[in-house]
Amino acid sequence: MKKVFGYPEALTTNQTHYCPGCTHGTIHRMVAESLGELGLRERAVGIAPVGCSVLAYNYFNCDMFEAAHGRAPAVATGAKRCRPDLILFTYQGDGDLASIGAAEILHAANRGEKITVIFVNNAIYGMTGGQMAPTTMPGQVTTTCPFGRNPDHEGYPIRVVELLSTLRTPAYLARVASHTPLHVVEAKKAVREAFRLQAENTCFTMVEILSVCPTNWGLTSAESNEWLEQNMLPYYPLGVFKHPDRSEADSAAEAGVLQGA
Amino acid sequence: MAKVLMKGCEAIGEAAIRAGCRNFFGYPITPQTEVPEYLAKRFPEVDGSYVQAESEVAAINMLYGGAGVGKRVLTTSSSPGISLMAEGVSYIAACHLPIVFVNIVRAGPGLGGILPAQSDYLQATKGHGHGDYKLLVLAPASVQEAVDLIYEAFDLADHYLTPVMVMGDGMIGQMMEPVDLPDMRDLSDLVEKPWAATGACGRGPNIINSLYLKEDMCNANSWKLKEKADEIERKEQRSEAYACPGDVLDVLVVAYGTMARICKTAADEVKKKDKKKVGVFRPISLWPYPYEALAAEAKKAKKILVVEMSTGQMVEDVKLAVLGKKPIEFYGLTGGMVPSPDNVAHKLRSMIK
Amino acid sequence: MQTEVIMSGFGGQGLMMIGKLLASAALEEGKNVTWLPSYGPEMRGGTANCTVVIGDKPVGSPLITSPWAAIVMNQPSLEKFAPMLRKDGILVVNSTMIPINSDRTDIRCFRIRADDLASEMGNRRSANLVMLGAYIGLEEIVSHKTLITAIEHAFAEKKKFIDVNRKTFTKGYELAKAGKSDD
Repeated sequence: MKKVFGYPEALTTNQTHYCPGCTHGTIHRMVAESLGELGLRERAVGIAPVGCSVLAYNYFNCDMFEAAHGRAPAVATGAKRCRPDLILFTYQGDGDLASIGAAEILHAANRGEKITVIFVNNAIYGMTGGQMAPTTMPGQVTTTCPFGRNPDHEGYPIRVVELLSTLRTPAYLARVASHTPLHVVEAKKAVREAFRLQAENTCFTMVEILSVCPTNWGLTSAESNEWLEQNMLPYYPLGVFKHPDRSEADSAAEAGVLQGA
Repeated sequence: MAKVLMKGCEAIGEAAIRAGCRNFFGYPITPQTEVPEYLAKRFPEVDGSYVQAESEVAAINMLYGGAGVGKRVLTTSSSPGISLMAEGVSYIAACHLPIVFVNIVRAGPGLGGILPAQSDYLQATKGHGHGDYKLLVLAPASVQEAVDLIYEAFDLADHYLTPVMVMGDGMIGQMMEPVDLPDMRDLSDLVEKPWAATGACGRGPNIINSLYLKEDMCNANSWKLKEKADEIERKEQRSEAYACPGDVLDVLVVAYGTMARICKTAADEVKKKDKKKVGVFRPISLWPYPYEALAAEAKKAKKILVVEMSTGQMVEDVKLAVLGKKPIEFYGLTGGMVPSPDNVAHKLRSMIK
Repeated sequence: MQTEVIMSGFGGQGLMMIGKLLASAALEEGKNVTWLPSYGPEMRGGTANCTVVIGDKPVGSPLITSPWAAIVMNQPSLEKFAPMLRKDGILVVNSTMIPINSDRTDIRCFRIRADDLASEMGNRRSANLVMLGAYIGLEEIVSHKTLITAIEHAFAEKKKFIDVNRKTFTKGYELAKAGKSDD
């Protein structure tokens, strides 16, 4: 009998600490499957962030670092420059990447580091218990914007993929979502494409994955998926914003199409 | 090999290459920018890689990555940049990773000034980053010694799996002196690092981590660091006693780095003109501090004079060595003002008249 | 025996350069030597100086407050360093740029039209070598020959400057040796 589905080798069998309804587990699996399918696991080195996925080194069955808050792209840069034969990925949340690590992600992208960044955006700080993130939606209530995020006071949420798309340096930049099975299939394709491009030493690669946080959003799983669909998707359009094989105009057009879809 | 005339910063860069370092990550800051400039130009000749980081914060984390995959890595900076690196160095120490970093000290606090100073002594020797760990800190007094200590620092870092700081003042970085450069290390001869994160091929994952949510494990790591510090303290104390023969000294001067050279000139002057006995004790390892060696020299002296380009940061270590048995005086200028041999001689005369 | 020489002038006048030439000649002759520059913003167009210390024994302080000799190429440098010289010390003055004299009578002062001479010889930028030549002419702490070798070595990649630098250096050297201030 042919095996059509199995446990990815690049995941350990440790039980995760993630909350019910959280999509980190699903996203871990996308990364692990991609490493396995591309035959990269034995060359892979992952960098865990500070945030909910701080313990990711317990879940990925490959060499791992735990980095200081926001510094994962710098750690990956150092590792990759010293050992260009390795496959480097960072796994970061919105506070880690878009707030305290804003400089590190911007400059890693601009230098064109041949690394893969998995950016999980759930519009809130999960580990510390539901504080405002740089990607928190206008009007969204968190413990540090208890009356809802006020753009006059806190500014608007940062669209990281769009921001990095303005850089001249070639890159693969995509935004995907993880709240429905169909979106998960698309997300996995993007993650795999990012690792494929890194394995070919092509360019900086980053996949932003819209994610949910039922615990800190104060919603059920189903409600969270719905909330993401209704609040985040209109503001954070999905699509490939930049691809080294395509002109920037094409990428922008595709992003626009997906946005409309 | 014949001696060559080299600027301190450039000699530091070349010494690192010869020690087997092929990866530098850093950010320009006066007065050490000649190190990154030198390596940016020199590295292509030896298949090395230079990366200008976006900040010192990023640079030290690049070292974390590079050391974690098993390579000899270097960064150099100056005081404000070293403060920014404190976070990363704490992680590196906690993860038992070997790095070498250089502080070409400039005047502080704050933006301070760009001129030579020794006002980062306490930062380097008593803490730097957060948590229970110690830095091995070496302080050269000449360009030759800077070269020798950088070369050795990589071996010490690999041996003890610890960050090693080489600390010089702006003069060490900017001065040119003749140097004998050491041989180029054979990269295939460097120590094996089976703990490095180089891909889990034929083995389980290697994890470079300093997060211990269980307090007993965090406690255990801190005590592991302490044991290592104790071993370094036993084995790595270095110092030089200059012109201290005989049983009695009128004054023993304690100074490190280029300040010690200035004090030697002053001591020679006072010995010659005033016929007084003045010795100079120079700690080379600032941590571990050579307490026993200093105590032995201090025994011979009637008085102790500590001279620094700071407001007296090393005085407490001298007190710990002397244990109240001899009177200790201090002379110092800071902010970029360097005590001259005349200044020091004047102070010495005031102590022995 | 230790000799300390401060070289000072505007940034761009080539003071660091002649300091390095003197230091490398000293190394070539097996002497102990340090070269210490002033650094920082003052290098950008302001007054820049470097100190070369040459000795038989290892050099103690590379920083000198009472130098034996000063080579000054602009007026602020003369005003700053002439008062600091040790008794019987040497002051070499670029008289093209410095109309005033030091009022010290306990030092040896040698004035030379360095910029004019260098211009006449085809490259005003070699005025620094006229100055260094004059100093070595007054006090041969390294030999003329070693310094010529140092010049040839330093300009190995800019060969067209070797000849004029050799000539300007020798001009300063000969005038000083003959005690002929051309001022």
